[in-house]
This record gives sequence, structure tokens and C-alpha cells, in this order.
Amino acid sequence: MRLHLLALLAKEPAHGYELKQALEQTFGTAYPSPNIGQIYVTLGRLEKDGLVRAVDVEQSNRPNKKVYYLTAKGRDVLELWVDEPTEGPRVRDEFFMKLVLAPMTGIADRMSLISRQRRHYLALMRELNDLLNDTDPANRVAALLIEGAMLHLQADLDWLQRCQEDLI
Amino acid sequence: MTILRTVNLVKIYSGGAVPVPAVRGVDLTVEEGEFVVIMGPSGSGKSTLVHMLGGLDNRTSGEIWLGGKRVDTLSESAWAVLRRKHVGFVFQFFNLVANMTVADNVELPALLAGVAPKDAKARREHLLGALNLTERADAAPAQLSGGEQQRVALARALANQPTLLLADEPTGNLDSRNTRDVLRLLSEVHKDGQTIVMVTHDARVASLADRCVSLLDGEIVDDGRISRRRSGGGSGAGEVIELR
Repeated sequence: MRLHLLALLAKEPAHGYELKQALEQTFGTAYPSPNIGQIYVTLGRLEKDGLVRAVDVEQSNRPNKKVYYLTAKGRDVLELWVDEPTEGPRVRDEFFMKLVLAPMTGIADRMSLISRQRRHYLALMRELNDLLNDTDPANRVAALLIEGAMLHLQADLDWLQRCQEDLI
Repeated sequence: MTILRTVNLVKIYSGGAVPVPAVRGVDLTVEEGEFVVIMGPSGSGKSTLVHMLGGLDNRTSGEIWLGGKRVDTLSESAWAVLRRKHVGFVFQFFNLVANMTVADNVELPALLAGVAPKDAKARREHLLGALNLTERADAAPAQLSGGEQQRVALARALANQPTLLLADEPTGNLDSRNTRDVLRLLSEVHKDGQTIVMVTHDARVASLADRCVSLLDGEIVDDGRISRRRSGGGSGAGEVIELR
């Protein structure tokens, strides 16, 4: 989350709660609602590393709030993140390891492992469908995020089928 | 009530040098209102199975029961009459009537089955509207894109509110927006009690089903329910992306 927060702060200085709201509004329901404590812990670390600076702002009849600014060093780190190619998704191989190794132990056979996993993926897909239906169509960022998850899941299912064809 | 039942259904293609078994002893029961998706690799017998269920392909042996009536022994013309009232089809090839408009293509099955023209028209308007095709009602099939023709074929299959909807890759030609319309319509008719048996490799469509049947080499290797883990909304929605 470090770099996401740096990116938001590059737009404008903000306090922790504003950052939480900005994340929620941008990514919608597809984004895990960030814990405010986690945001403050991350901001504290960024401050320690010299990537952001905090300034106390006085508020009438409330305690001071800390507003965070991006430092020059923070901007360098952010630019590096943006410029670098992003690592591609890795194969989520936990199931594959199970599929290859479990039959050797006699605990499970491959056919039933694949069948169960297929139904599990379909149940996940149904949740994504529901999530997409509940998402404001005007929030293109959230909709695209869900669509991306669906395409990955479709690939997982296709791969499962290949495993079934070749390993059984 | 059981809508569809097969008993030890077998299909062997014997045209070539060696007989090829495509479906090898399938026992399948589908209850009224159920949505069953059939998945499996190509060559696993999925299409052959649904073709036999709709009387488009003869079985080699075994039984097919539709709505309590044995149908695998019917003549071709008796099948045609039965299909008109009880079975809707959507297949990879759309088979629309070329010299009729989209609207007439969709109304035709209902009119053939003796539905009042007024009701057939209302149903057609609803279906074309749901599939975002209202403006194409007066077009000829040849003027439509592949995706549009496929949606018209779906509308036609549903025009009659058939006892059983059979579909073979009904979203094969659709982009993601059109797929969304099709998904919505399928959910709607399923909620209204439509029984559906569908072959698809599209996980979005498959995930609407109540039950997933997996075929491999012409045999059922898995038949189970797709669980509904949550009743929508609530807390757990934020799992699409992972924070590090």
C-alpha cells in the first residue's frame, strides 16, 4: 500500500482518513476496505524513511490533525515505481502442487481434486458476477478491476481443464 | 418434478473406419427449474449429448425422458412437434430464417405453437429489449453481426417459454457488454423457473448455474452443486485485489 499512498499524496497533501476515502472512492467495492490503523502505520513508516513529511494542523475544538506531504525523495521513489515495468502475475500454484503431490501420498485422487476445484472456481465467479452487478457502472475503475479478476479466473479454469486432459 | 432424465445414454459414431464412442453411458436427471451447466474438454461429448437431448441426433442406445414421456423412440416429425412446444435451442450456429425480420424470427416459434399474436408480440418486445436489440427488430439476419444474431437466437429460443432450454456455447460470439445482457436475461428467466441445460466453457455464464456436470471421454466424471457462499453484498466484497 506504500506506493498507492505516495501516489495519492503526489496529487495533494492529505490526512490519513482522506487517503482511506480516496482509495474507497476510486476502487469501489473491489478494493479491500483499508483499515485506518494500517494506513497510519504505513504513513509512519513512510515518514521514517523520509518519503513523506507530516505537519500538524490546528483544528478548532478538536485535536490537531496530521497532514502528510510528499517529499522530493518520495517523488523519486514514486517515479521509479511508475517507470518500471510491473511484474506479471505469477501462476498461483498452490492447487497445482496439491494436484501433483497429493495423489502420491494416497490421500486424494486427481479427478476429485480437479472436480472440487472447478466448482470452487465457479462459486468464486458467481461472487464476482454479484459484485459486478452491485458496482456502480459509472465507476469504470472498479468494474475493470472485477473484469480483470474474472479473466484471470477464466484462465485458471481453462488451465484446470488442461490438467484434466493431460494428467488423468 | 423431473423434467429430463437419461438412462445409460450412448452415442457411437460408426461412419468412419473405426466406430467412435462419443457418449458412453450417461445417466442424467434434471429437475424442474434447475440450471445445469455441462463442462469438459473439446471432444468430451458435450455437444453430442445436448444434440441428443433435443432430438437433433439419434442415440445409439439408452433412454431419454422429457417431462415424463419417453422421447428417444419418437419419429423425426413427432420430435418436431414436441420441440415446438417444449424445447428451446440456442446453438453455436444461429439458424435464423434469412428472409424474415428479426422480430418475425423471434415470434415464429410462439405463433407455431398457437400463442395469440398479441402475446407473441409482447414477449418478443420484452426479449429483444432485454438483449438490447429493440432497434434491430426490422432488420434481416444478414444485416446483423455475429453477436447480434446469437442474441436473436437466444430470444427465439425463449419466445415460447419452453419446458427446457438447451444451449450450446450461447455466448461464443459475444463481447463482454453483450455477454452481460445475456447473463442478465438468463438469470431472469432462471429465476422465473426456466429449466436450462447448457454447454459452455465461459465461466461467467457457467457460474449462474445451480449445478455443474463435467464430462470426460463421454462419461460424467463429476456432478455437483455450485455453492453460494454468501448471500450477496455485506462485508467480504473486497477480495478482488490483494494488498501486500
